[in-house]
Formats: sequence, structure tokens, C-alpha cells
Amino acid sequence: MGMALLEVRDLSVVFRRRGEEPTIAVDNISFDVEPGQTVGLVGESGCGKSVTSLAIMGLLPSRGAEVSGSVTFEGKELLGLSQRQLDERRGRDLGMVFQDPLSSLNPVVPIGVQIAEVLERHRKLSRKDANAEAAELLNRVGIPDPNRRLDEYPHQLSGGMRQRALIAIALACRPRLLIADEPTTALDVTIQAQILSLLAELVSGTDTALIMITHDLGVVAGLCDEVNVMYGGRIVERAQRHALFAEPRHPYTHGLLASIPRLDAPRGEKLVPIRGSVVDNIAWSRGCAFAPRCPNQLEQCWTDPPELVEDRGGMLRCHNPVEVAPLAAEGAR
Amino acid sequence: MLQLALVVVVLSVLIFGWLRMLPGGPVSALLGDRGTAESRAELTEALGLNDPIFVQYFAFLGRAITGDFGTSTGVSPGKPAMELFLERFPATIELSIAAILIALIGAIPLGYLAARRRGGWLDNAGVVGSMIGISIPIFFLAFLLKYFLSIKLGWLPTGGRQSPDIDATRVTGFFVLDGLLTREWDAAWDALKHLLLPALALASIPFAVIFRITRASVLDVMDEDYVRTARSKGLTRRIIRDRHILRNAMLPVVTTVGLQTGALLSGAVLTETVFSWQGVGQALAIGFERKDFPVLQVVIIAAAMAYVLVNLLVDLSYAVIDPRIRTAQKVS
Ligand SMILES: Nc1ncnc2c1ncn2[C@@H]1O[C@H](COP(=O)(O)OP(=O)(O)O)[C@@H](O)[C@H]1O
Ligand code: SF4
Ligand SMILES: [Mg+2]
Repeated sequence: MGMALLEVRDLSVVFRRRGEEPTIAVDNISFDVEPGQTVGLVGESGCGKSVTSLAIMGLLPSRGAEVSGSVTFEGKELLGLSQRQLDERRGRDLGMVFQDPLSSLNPVVPIGVQIAEVLERHRKLSRKDANAEAAELLNRVGIPDPNRRLDEYPHQLSGGMRQRALIAIALACRPRLLIADEPTTALDVTIQAQILSLLAELVSGTDTALIMITHDLGVVAGLCDEVNVMYGGRIVERAQRHALFAEPRHPYTHGLLASIPRLDAPRGEKLVPIRGSVVDNIAWSRGCAFAPRCPNQLEQCWTDPPELVEDRGGMLRCHNPVEVAPLAAEGAR
Repeated sequence: MLQLALVVVVLSVLIFGWLRMLPGGPVSALLGDRGTAESRAELTEALGLNDPIFVQYFAFLGRAITGDFGTSTGVSPGKPAMELFLERFPATIELSIAAILIALIGAIPLGYLAARRRGGWLDNAGVVGSMIGISIPIFFLAFLLKYFLSIKLGWLPTGGRQSPDIDATRVTGFFVLDGLLTREWDAAWDALKHLLLPALALASIPFAVIFRITRASVLDVMDEDYVRTARSKGLTRRIIRDRHILRNAMLPVVTTVGLQTGALLSGAVLTETVFSWQGVGQALAIGFERKDFPVLQVVIIAAAMAYVLVNLLVDLSYAVIDPRIRTAQKVS
């Protein structure tokens, strides 16, 4: 296998503020993204997903955020590049779609300009050509009557339309990597599925890779090739999508799966939320951060931090993984 | 427009009543200590001051609507107050526009830079400096500028709008503009030199306020999600600054500029007095001293109208920059 498109190695982000304990938002995470691949980054709110994506894009605040490790894109190191150097790649090779489409669009600039400006910047198109291309892009992301929409402002579009416009912006220059950070979380349930299938449609059959960030394993189910499950700033499990759903190994992944509705679940099966919350976490330096909430916890888990090791073709960070696949167990009964 | 009419009527009642409650009055001011009882009574009658106050008010209102505000009794006795106002108004406008231009051109870039380099020396100096700018009395600042730059160093004229030895052609009443229009460059340059210090003094408060608003507003906008989006697109710094940060950060600044016209008008009274600037502010100061009711009334009412009009203009321009307001207005 050759070089991956994106290689994240030992990436850590620590927030330091005067008079406060430093927050370790991302703690030594490593993963690869191959060209054309869709990789999921899944975990509860606050586990470090957004910070990871912002670190890759070089969009963390320059002050107070301490980034270490390595992020290589097409073999070139991104960390430590100046903003000017990053600006050559952002929007052209790397695109990003954010969570809240309303606040992520400039309220006083027409949609058309917000799309065309990327094309003018990176593809050096003239204003006229960029506008024509912007209309074409709006059409591709499923916005009807694109020529009229070009002159409209974000507040004149619906939530779903706005997210489509943001996707058009991110994909305008056909980037090699698209990062979508909870792109459906701020939308109506009915719109969520449409946006997901749009994303899937736009990246499938191209060599654009996608990092799909979500707190919802249901979103990952239809989209991702490989899934990284994060907990407390660390990756706790990595597996191919089918393996993860069929045979979750980490008690946290198992808990996440048990807490989402599934079409293939036996009738009458109850949804079981994971008990406790992230505030119960203990520090990774002391043991397993998930221990206070974990049904499988051992004494060892409170004193001995588990390492991320290879496990059945994936990676796992757990002293006492889930042994029986839930579906198989249900089927056997 | 209704708003404007209402402001003018209410203000005219207030100003009319209030002026007549002041001790002294135009008769004492005109005659001083020398007035005999008869001459005082005669003058009081001649000025119509014996009538009941509401009769006086309606007589005033009736004439004012036709543009007749009476005759000046103190600033320039015998001259119609309206004529005196129209003569002096361009001087005050010229001074105010110069002051607001200095404030805008200086304070917006500085406010932006201070915000971008938050906590740096420029930011700290700006915050302290604007604090001083807001709190230093204009009268004092004007006097300092005049004392050091004009009297001590002799770099700039001490007062007035044009040197007496220059015979300039008048077109608009804005002396600098007149010089440019008639291509009398030396007149324009001379007028500009006269304008500089009073405009600087008058600019101090708007400068400080606009600096602070710009800085705070840019700090807010820089944290907005859409600025992060702009950065994720790899746009040039210039486009991020102009299109994504400043265009949004200017919204509160525009409102402030409108509100500052009020401060400008009161500041003009002090600045014009120190620099013998022949504007309506100076007329107001002299008018108060000499109880010149007609001049005071026309100046104060015109100032209020100017204030309301500027803020109306600000509302309109706000709608031009902020599409959210534009659509809301179209719908309603
Ligand atoms: N700018 C910041 N300053 C300080 N702490 C931050 C900042 N951004 C995020 N964090 C912290 O980093 C952790 C991870 O946040 P985030 O990556 O946003 O989580 P999520 O997985 O929900 O996207 C959280 O504990 C959050 O409080
Ligand atoms: S290491 Fe222990 S506490 Fe942590 S998830 Fe595994 S079993 Fe649970
Ligand atoms: Mg997030």
C-alpha cells in the first residue's frame, strides 16, 4: 500500500488558559484516510471531534491552543505551515462543511459571491465564469432555480438549502479531502437524510475522501468505510463499518449501538442509554476514562490505562472487550 | 418625516419655554445696567415680551413656519435670525464633516488593527488613548492645540476660517471646497490650515468612540463561524478582512456615527468659540450670553432637525448594508 492521502500521527491539542487547568481536547490520536475513502469520527459531544478537524485544517485559534504531532497531506506536513501556506491548500485541496449552516455563512454577502470567491481564488476564474460555475454547483447540490439563488442572502434560504450551499462551497474546487463536521446536526430530521445522501452521492465515484464527523452512529451506518470511535480525546476503537456494527468490541461502542434505534432490532427491544456522562470521566493518565460508566470495568481499569492495540483486523483500547456479538447472541436465542 | 415634525414641535415648545425661564432676558442683555425704567418697558413691549407666553409661542410658531424666526437681538442685532443662521451653517457643516472624516478614516483602521493584535502595544495604547479622548474636555483640548501648535510654534492659524489677506471667491460657503472649485489653490490651502485644528479638537470624541466600537465589533466578528468558513476556503487576507470581517463589523459603527452627530453639535459650540470659527456653534454661545432668543431658537431647532435627518440617513444606509433588514422592510 502506498502513502495515504491524509496521515494523522500522535495528534494532540491542549487548550491553555491563564488561571485554568489545561484541557487535553485531543490526546495522541492517529488515523489514515485513503483517497476516495470515507472515514467516520464518532463520539459523544465534547470528545474532541471538532478540535481534531480544526487542527487538520489549521483553523484552531493561534493563541491558547497547543497542537503537537503530525498531519501529513499528500506526504507534506501541514502542522507548522504558515496561514499563508495553508491558504494555498484550504478550499482547494481540503474543504470543510460545518455544523451550523446559518452561522457559517456570511449574512451580508450573497450566496453566489460566497461560492464564486473560492473559484476566483483557487481556480483563478473571472467573476463571470465563477458565477456561471457557482450556478452549476448549486444545481449539482440540488438547489432549484440556481440563478435566482445566487443573488439571495443566507437568511432567505431554508436550513437544508444553506447546508447544500455550504457543501457547494466546500466542493467547488473538487478537493481531495472533505471534512464534514456534524453536517446534519442543526437540521430537521426530515432534511438530515437528504443531506447525507447528497454527500454520499457527491463523493462516491470520485477520489474525494470524506471524514464524516458525527455523534450519531446511525449517520455512519450508511456512509463510512472505516469508523474511528473517540472517547475523551482518544480513539478507543477502529473498525471497518460492517465489523463495527456486527461486532462492536469496545463497551462504549457497544453502548452507543444499544442506544440508537435499529431497523433490524427484534421487536420490543428497549433502547439502553449509556449510564452516566462525560463529567464522570477519570483522566486517561490514571486509568480508562470510561471506567466510571463501563459495565465491563475491572479493577485494573481504574489504575492501568489501556493501550490501543490491534484487534480482529481493527484497533481497540480496552482491558475487557465485549466478547459476544449482540446480533449473533440475539439470533441464537 | 412624521418623526421629524414631532421632534421639531416638541423641541420648539421646550426651548421656547425654557429660554423664557432664564434669569435676565434680552432686555437686560441689550441695555445692560444703563437702562432706565422707561427704556426697559419700551423695549420689552417692542419685543412682544408682555404678551402671555402661549400667545408669544403661537406668534413665533406662525412666523417660524414661513421661515421667519425674528430678528437677532444680541449676536448681530438687527439681522434676521434665519439669515444669520444660513450664513453660518456651512461653516459648522464644514467643520463637522472634517471632524467626522478624520474620525472615520483614522479610527476604523486603528480599531481593526487593535482588534487583530489584541493585547499588543497598539491595542493597549488605543484603549488608553480613546479613554482619554472621551474624557478630556473639548474646550481644554481645543485650547491646548491652539496654545502649542498655533501660539507657541506658529505652525497653524489661531482662529477664523480664512486669512484676511486672501480674497477668495465664495461658491458654497464651504471654504475649502470653494477654493478647490474656483481653483484658487492658495485659498483652499489656507482654509484647510484654518480647519485642521478645530476639526481635530472636534474629532476627539467621535474618534475615540468609533475606535472603541470598531475594535469591539471586529473582536466579536472574528469569532463568528462565517469567518472560520472564510478561512477554511483559503481566501486571501484582504478578502477576509474587507468582505467577511469589516462588512459585518461596520454595522454597529454606522449606528454610532449617527448618534455622534449629537456630540458633534455640542462640541462645535466649544470648538468654534476657542477658534473664533464663525459657525452656528459660536452664534449659540454668544446668543446665550446675550439672551438672543431668535438666534437661539433657530439654531437649536435646526440642530435638532439635522440630528434627526442624519439618523434617518443612517437607518437608510443600514438597510443598504444589511440585507436582513432590507428583506424585512420589503415584506412589511
Ligand atoms: N477554543 C477552545 N478553548 C478551550 N477549550 C476548547 C475549545 N474548543 C474546544 N474545547 C474543548 O475541547 C474539548 C473537545 O471539544 P470538541 O472537539 O468541540 O468536541 P466535539 O467532539 O463535540 O466536537 C471540549 O472539552 C471543549 O470544551
Ligand atoms: S478498559 Fe475497562 S473500563 Fe475501559 S472500556 Fe474497557 S472494560 Fe471498560
Ligand atoms: Mg463538535
